[in-house]
Amino acid sequence: MNNNIQYVGLNDINGPLVALEGIKGISYDEIAEISLPDGSTRTGRVVELEGDKVILQVFEGTSGLSLTNTKTTFKGKPLEIPLSTEMLGRIFNGAGKPIDGLGAVFPEKMGDINGKPLNPVSRKYPRNYIHTGISSIDALMTLIRGQKLPIFSGSGLSHNKLAVQIVRQAKLSDDDNAQFGIVFAAMGVQHDVADYFKKSFEESGALERVVMFLNLSNDPIIERILTPKCALTVAEYLAYEKNMHMLVIMTDMTSYAEALREFSSSKGEIPGRKGYPGYLYSDLAAIYERAGVVEGSEGSVTQIPILTMPNDDITHPIPDLTAYITEGQIVFDRELDQTGVYPGLSVLLSLSRLMKDGIGKGYTREDHAPVANQLFAAYARVQDARALAGVIGEEELSEIDKAFIEFGREFEQKFLKQGFEENRSIEETLDLAWSLLAKLPESQLDRLDEKLIEQYLHK
Amino acid sequence: MNKIYAINGPVVKVRKTNDFFMLEKVLVGDNKLIGEVISVSDEFTTIQVYEQTSGLKVGDPVFPTGTPLSVALGPGIISNIFDGIERPLKAMTSQSGIYIKEGSSMNALDTEKEYDVTITAKVGDFLSGGEIYATCPETALITHKCMVPPDKSGTVVFAAENGKYKVNDVVLKLKTVDSQEIELSLVQNWAIRKPRPVKKRMAVTKPLITGQRIIDTVLPIGKGGTAAIPGGFGTGKTMTQHQLAKWCDADIIIYIGCGERGNEMTQVLEEFSELIDPKSGNALTDRTVLIANTSNMPVAAREASIYTGITLAEYYRDMGYHIAIMADSTSRWAEALREISGRLEEMPAEEGFPAYLPSRLAEFYERAGYADTLSGNEGSITVIGAVSPQGSDFSEPVTQNTKRFVRCFWALDKSLAYARHYPAINWTMSYSEYTDDLAEFYHENVGKDFMECRQKISNILTEENKLMEIVKLIGADVLPDDQKLTIEIARVVRVGFLQQNAYHKDDTYVPLKKQLLMMKAILKLYDLSLSALNKGIILSKVMEFGFFEELIKMKYDIPNDKLELFEKLNLQMENAFAPLLEKEA
Repeated sequence: MNNNIQYVGLNDINGPLVALEGIKGISYDEIAEISLPDGSTRTGRVVELEGDKVILQVFEGTSGLSLTNTKTTFKGKPLEIPLSTEMLGRIFNGAGKPIDGLGAVFPEKMGDINGKPLNPVSRKYPRNYIHTGISSIDALMTLIRGQKLPIFSGSGLSHNKLAVQIVRQAKLSDDDNAQFGIVFAAMGVQHDVADYFKKSFEESGALERVVMFLNLSNDPIIERILTPKCALTVAEYLAYEKNMHMLVIMTDMTSYAEALREFSSSKGEIPGRKGYPGYLYSDLAAIYERAGVVEGSEGSVTQIPILTMPNDDITHPIPDLTAYITEGQIVFDRELDQTGVYPGLSVLLSLSRLMKDGIGKGYTREDHAPVANQLFAAYARVQDARALAGVIGEEELSEIDKAFIEFGREFEQKFLKQGFEENRSIEETLDLAWSLLAKLPESQLDRLDEKLIEQYLHK
Repeated sequence: MNKIYAINGPVVKVRKTNDFFMLEKVLVGDNKLIGEVISVSDEFTTIQVYEQTSGLKVGDPVFPTGTPLSVALGPGIISNIFDGIERPLKAMTSQSGIYIKEGSSMNALDTEKEYDVTITAKVGDFLSGGEIYATCPETALITHKCMVPPDKSGTVVFAAENGKYKVNDVVLKLKTVDSQEIELSLVQNWAIRKPRPVKKRMAVTKPLITGQRIIDTVLPIGKGGTAAIPGGFGTGKTMTQHQLAKWCDADIIIYIGCGERGNEMTQVLEEFSELIDPKSGNALTDRTVLIANTSNMPVAAREASIYTGITLAEYYRDMGYHIAIMADSTSRWAEALREISGRLEEMPAEEGFPAYLPSRLAEFYERAGYADTLSGNEGSITVIGAVSPQGSDFSEPVTQNTKRFVRCFWALDKSLAYARHYPAINWTMSYSEYTDDLAEFYHENVGKDFMECRQKISNILTEENKLMEIVKLIGADVLPDDQKLTIEIARVVRVGFLQQNAYHKDDTYVPLKKQLLMMKAILKLYDLSLSALNKGIILSKVMEFGFFEELIKMKYDIPNDKLELFEKLNLQMENAFAPLLEKEA
């Protein structure tokens, strides 16, 4: 109904926010289009209404806007993006506009990017695993379809390399790969990092099953806030309506949270911890909770958000709140990385909450759970032995502690360390684990029962 | 008519009106979204909306309802799943598919289902508030008792025949002292923020038996007690809550998923419908109510979910049932408070939380307790709240304030969780103030020596803790044999007793008798070994018997229904040690 009314000028401009007064009949969350004299248009969203005053956030930023040079029209509906299976293989900007020069997407349907909360009753509990070919992940922090499993990294660590390897190697355990798709959302990444991803996907032939959303570090922050929502809207469409298994990789969530902080402070909101808005938890949850498997659909949405921990601090609000929402975490260890172990994942800090129901007989192999438990327990003991060795010297350790130190070394060099091109099957991974456990005295294998020891260790 | 003046997230303002009272339930917009009045002033009435506000407009109508935000109480609650304001999520799927849509106004209870009602009141009886007038089977486990609302009373002037009725059918009429007639059906409404009254609160003297050794033996909680489970992510808060919900001996479990993961609620739904309650042989869902307000559902309803849960609990307590509430997690609830407080531009106190956080927490935990109810039965509400401290830092406001209002503190420890020691409850940081109150029960029902054994086990752990400080510096080899023995026996206590396997058929729930026998076996080994050491025999010789390893596995080797095997084990130990002890005697 407002489509034809153009409001000339603005009453206030503050950072990414603009205010218009004297307007009636606007709804909360509605989208507006702002035209400039040079013919370009920008998009804004209603974030606050008070009387006849409307506050809009402008996605593309407010540079060049004045109080008199704009014409604003309201669209009467929330932000929607076109959805289609043709989006696979295409590249979009952070707000969902094509940037690969192949023209607009012909929509099969329009989708509201905010999504709606899933009714918990409609969810199915995730049970089937995704094979990544990376021993440490497959064996110890198994990725399950419908799970949200973030990667916590630090600046300068090889998380991007790992993400590419996962995209290249990821496959479903049983059914065919045609049903498998990837949505890749980059938020605030540098140009060369974006190029690295693009090139790697092209070279490996994975690009045709990838939908890419790129918001570079110098793109507007409001657009960055939209990027994960656009990516997930596409993933949900392909998963729940087209029955595909979608893996959504989002990097870097830290840039996203910082964009949110910038936006919140320009709105003049009361800050919570470290200046992040008090609703950071709810906001992140609205993104992460869009993973799952639902009744009445064959597909699934699995998320791997990647975030760099500021100053490697896992208690920083971004990793902290993320880990409270997600079903586990995969954590990089700088020390391991520096000793040349790729992927240098911290085994003890990492965890997959859903793996217990998605591994074992019928999924991976019957010995998977006990072996994983034993590796965790043994590696925890390695840390104790190392701490003690640091004080009294390795020579003075008991025979058992020495065996653990040796085990720790081999575990890191043979099990964790893996080539960028190396794709290990789950059998290879588990057999490798047994061959390492064989180095420990049998009395120390307290998480394995005799039958398994007989079957796998003495075979 | 009242119209919306301003909208900011879940907060809506109406200008210049006197039509609303504090905490009144209102309907907002043409879709009639549910909201609650949270502040009233000359200029503005502020409303928090329990649903997504997208699409609302300035000028949309706001309707008062004249009642505070309340829940419907009646048969059909048990084994149902609700959102934070008691909307039935299962029924909602038929209306709005896999997503939750705004403005889905629905009856909380199934109004079409017929119940087999027995009317227990007769015409001429005088019924006061809280007295029972009808009963009906609700699930295989729970008999529903309809009670006169606590604030009403009168003489029965009409009582329906026994038979099949729907929840809204009038089955009883009362004439009050001032000659008004009240019609009673199977359902009543109660405001969620107002505690339901009881006749008298009583002391907590009976334990809530959970079958988890570290809780029942080391850190027990009483029926009617309060406990907090703080722990960083990945330490097993939810796992512990699930174990308690499955196994504790309460009559009814109310599980509040407050701002947590959707998949976890699905897991509870799936698992509980498959699991069989060991006492009754019925599905666990027959005694469970789920309240699911996951982290992506509207934040205001998350704030209300805690109150909805405890109001349902109070209603069943009034019938004479013992209820256990699992609130997972109270930190998310506190964050919802903070979020709304921020939107209202209130002055923040610590870490952005509103200054009234402690008083809200106190109000919630004080609604737990063991009570003599108005219906003349004894009932209790035990509240077990998970806390998710920011950055795993127990000094943050929610953990610290919760600590002041609970009497059990089960602190989950990251380093135990990393070593996959579950449940990861740290025995030195945790405490229970109920131990003395419950001593008599254990004394009479489990064994006279239970408390004594418990103390000895606890002493071993404290002693080990001290010794480990030394070991960390200089290694275990330099300790004298008796101290090495303490470390070895403490390992048996930690791995064999405190560690418990939720996935093992016998170990997932362990009866109190077995807990006692396990302690006794460990203490027997300790005593025998100590006597041997005193005879000058070296520890490695004592260890050679293999009893230390055997005791670590006794939780698996001795099934819960073959406790007589403990006698055999004890005898084996005595026989093995006998020659050593006699030799030099």
